[in-house]
Amino acid sequence: MATYSTTEFKGGLKFLMDGQPCSIVENTQVSPGKGQAFNRVKYRNLMTGKLVEKTFKSGEKVEAADVVDTDLQYLYEDGDFWHFMDTETFDQYQAMESAVADVRKWLIEQDMCTVTLFNGQPISVTPPKQITLEVTDTDPGLKGDTAGTGGKPATLSTGAVVQVPLFVQIGEKVIVNTEKGEYISRAK
Amino acid sequence: MLNKADSSAPITQDDVTLNAPQIVPDDLRSVLMKRSHLFQQVRAFFYARSVIEVDTPMLSKGAVPDVHLASLSTWVQVPGERDKQRFYLPTSPEYPMKRMLCEGSGDIFSLAKVFRDGDLSPRHQVEFIMLEWYRLGFSLFELMAEVTELLQLVLADDAQTPLRVESITYQGAFKHYAGIDDVFTAASQDYQACLNRHNVPEIVGLELSDRALWEQLVFTEVVEPKLGISEGSMAITLLYHYPASQSALAQISQENPLIAERFEVFVNGMELANGYHELADAEGYRQRFEASLTERVALKFETVPLDKALLSTLASKPLPDCSGVALGLDRLFALQQGFEDIEQGIAFGLADS
Repeated sequence: MATYSTTEFKGGLKFLMDGQPCSIVENTQVSPGKGQAFNRVKYRNLMTGKLVEKTFKSGEKVEAADVVDTDLQYLYEDGDFWHFMDTETFDQYQAMESAVADVRKWLIEQDMCTVTLFNGQPISVTPPKQITLEVTDTDPGLKGDTAGTGGKPATLSTGAVVQVPLFVQIGEKVIVNTEKGEYISRAK
Repeated sequence: MLNKADSSAPITQDDVTLNAPQIVPDDLRSVLMKRSHLFQQVRAFFYARSVIEVDTPMLSKGAVPDVHLASLSTWVQVPGERDKQRFYLPTSPEYPMKRMLCEGSGDIFSLAKVFRDGDLSPRHQVEFIMLEWYRLGFSLFELMAEVTELLQLVLADDAQTPLRVESITYQGAFKHYAGIDDVFTAASQDYQACLNRHNVPEIVGLELSDRALWEQLVFTEVVEPKLGISEGSMAITLLYHYPASQSALAQISQENPLIAERFEVFVNGMELANGYHELADAEGYRQRFEASLTERVALKFETVPLDKALLSTLASKPLPDCSGVALGLDRLFALQQGFEDIEQGIAFGLADS
């Protein structure tokens, strides 16, 4: 198994801690003039998304994690798994619910997503930053209000609910920001 | 720094000036001028005290044996030798300066680059400027007072209000800031409990048998961040009487064999200077160097040739009674200017070299 020593630590390095893949967010070296060096490390557990802090003695080794980010096309969901495909090799990957939990409401068939693979298995999915969805349900709102001063909840075709301006009607398409879960504008 | 003009705003004369390329050199120039002023302040301080400025070799056949200092080296083609010879770059000018003192230099200071391999953080650069000086006949406390004078001069605000100064022993600081009653008898478990109490993140790779390292961690994680800060403002903490186990090249106290005549200076939670009432005994140097080499072998670190010139000079012409201190000038500049990273005060840091 490949290992990394503390001297190789830097932001973005993927390693295993208690068998789980982690990514270094911040690494600070602490070296007192006459003492032994330590690394103060902030890292994210890629399975749970939790930010963890630990201090590593200089010279400690961690196991490298086989983690890669790859662009895959979202195909469909079969009730148990979410299926993705590499559009060059046509290799297919199936993601469990835990990998898509936060983003399933932003997944549109045929869209290209960034999928993080750990030992070849999807562990997290990042949809495109902006996507276009149809409004399937919302209050009628005020006909004359085009200034967008107020807001109301709208249900989109994937089941996502976002705040939209009062003038947005059922059947219209809207552009949303998937990172913030916010309405951006009506789609033309 | 400068923000790009909002694209929706009308273009004005100011925007054109802001985007002009000369803005970057101007910014660098202001840092260079402030840095130059600091050099000037420091030199004037010593010249006024008749301490002479010396320069020491950048190439040495011997290296510092301290286990946790890594020297850089280079290969030199020396005429008359078939193979290139390995020379080490200084981690501090201490050894050649001590040779000068043995040879009768009198009070001396050096303001020059030194090199420490592998050190890079907001407080470290691989190459940095060290201010080091030696004062004949000074006690540890006299030198601490002189360091304080220099810091007051450099760090005072526009109103010239002096910074508050705290003098505390190493043992006292552990008690006051970390609740460790007696640093000389505390066990690893006491330090571990202290780290937990202060919510220090878990330590990976540290055995309970390594008591010295637990003590060091309590120092860097709990004590040090509180030193050199008084009621939220920048202050000066003089930490003195380190344990004899951390004597480095300081004398052991004649009154108490447990403590070394060593001090460090902290400002804003950061170590700034390290000083000793200097060990004079040549045999003492040899013993401490060899103990470091033995430890290097035990830890499977690279071993280094000792500075034989220093050892032979110390043996033939004893080091006069003196105290000496080394101060990180890039850290001092960062404190003076309020920089978060010493690299902000350096024109071209390692990443940019």
